[in-house]
Amino acid sequence: MLLVRCPWCGDRDEAEFRYGGQADVDYPADPHQLDDATWGEYLFVRANPAGSFDERWVHTAGCRRWFSVVRDTATNEMRPDIPRRRESR
Amino acid sequence: MVADGNTPAPPERLWRNPEPKRNYDVVIVGAGGHGLATAYYLARNHGITDIAVVERGWLAGGNMARNTTIIRSNYLLDASAALYDHALRLWEELHEELDYEFHFSQRGVLNLAHTEQEVRDARRRAFANELNGVDAEWLTPDEISEVCPILNTSNLRYPVLGATYQRRAGIAKHDLVAWGLARKCDEMGVDFIQNREVTGFVTDGDRVIGVRTDSGDIGAGRVGLAAAGRTTLLTDTLGLRLPLQSHPLQAMATEILEPVHPCVVMSNHVHVYTSQAHKGELVLGAGVDTHNGYAQRGSVHVIENQLAAAVELFPVFARAHLLRTWAGTVDVTPDASPIIGPTPYENLFVNCGWGTGGFKATPGAGWVFAHTIATGEPHPLNEPYGMERFTSGALIDEHGAAAVAH
Repeated sequence: MLLVRCPWCGDRDEAEFRYGGQADVDYPADPHQLDDATWGEYLFVRANPAGSFDERWVHTAGCRRWFSVVRDTATNEMRPDIPRRRESR
Repeated sequence: MVADGNTPAPPERLWRNPEPKRNYDVVIVGAGGHGLATAYYLARNHGITDIAVVERGWLAGGNMARNTTIIRSNYLLDASAALYDHALRLWEELHEELDYEFHFSQRGVLNLAHTEQEVRDARRRAFANELNGVDAEWLTPDEISEVCPILNTSNLRYPVLGATYQRRAGIAKHDLVAWGLARKCDEMGVDFIQNREVTGFVTDGDRVIGVRTDSGDIGAGRVGLAAAGRTTLLTDTLGLRLPLQSHPLQAMATEILEPVHPCVVMSNHVHVYTSQAHKGELVLGAGVDTHNGYAQRGSVHVIENQLAAAVELFPVFARAHLLRTWAGTVDVTPDASPIIGPTPYENLFVNCGWGTGGFKATPGAGWVFAHTIATGEPHPLNEPYGMERFTSGALIDEHGAAAVAH
């Protein structure tokens, strides 16, 4: 069981949370300008690294707020750092 | 069903452990079930035997060693029924062809329905199966009790209202499948290169001409990826982004028990699937851990939830001792269907995204992937499964029939 650090409630069991996948996936500024490939990539493709991953969690059984953490997907080490916002996806 | 004393003695020799040559006609990345089956059908159907199957661990030590061995083809959509039933038909002849007994046991699968909506969906799926020539029946709770007497259908929070039943479905002994395929491939000249991790590709412009490994390059006329959960780690090195997310998928086994469980039972709603292995362990599984992960390790609450469901469905399981739990890394697509086809890179082909259900397709995946690699074009069965469907929008949404795990 992962121990997830909610920024508002502290360390809690993973079972209190829902997972939200990759962080910082922005809705395209002007979706009508995108070609099908770019739109498809926005809809379906997310980063899938073995290593450091910026990701979203929501504390469903607690404060119900969303937050981001950095987790190493190979070791499950979670760092409470706020992920650095990437310039572009 | 047999509580089995009949497992044949291992043959004297299974496969060589050769040093790799500098070049091969085809390099396959991953010596799991799909990589082995692909090598087998490349040799058998296409006469290509100058093949290396390169494996970062040991042969069939990844998801092929970790799955729950369920084989079935009762998928909803035409493209899926065609692909999975082709695989099931190959299973039915494979052990004779390999001259290797792997205990393919067509004991049938029950997919339970616990709500009115599930009843409608399940019956629709059974009708769709019949139209596609896939055997399917709808069973009432009384009929279910005849097939599987230990199943509790009424005295539970979500009573069993009915089930689809595919009699041709079943289980097989996964390790023996891998060894049988590997032995036959070896006889035909295929090299298995174990403990050698492919880390990237050798390219010439938009052409892939080999693979990079942790101890030197290997040249290749064509490269086929059968690397499951680690696929994107390789395609990322080319800047090729695939719609895959790698998740832990757990499974577990009890101590060895007398034969009590005659078939395979799956429940989407209370979220568990079970069968009894030939040797006698109850084998259970359910869904992926929701987070991405490569640790081959999942969380205990996922196990707790599915054991609760299993004990409610099968009260006799309550006294069974759980012996082992484990996890693999599965690559899940947005539509719960695999990606099989060419890539924008010439001579690079992918077979991935099988998510939680790849074992059942082992020979079928090998058949169509071998065709794709040998001819450069998809086989008619995997034509709908190219990565371009995530641009065109022609998804093959099998979240219903892919069932419990996704």
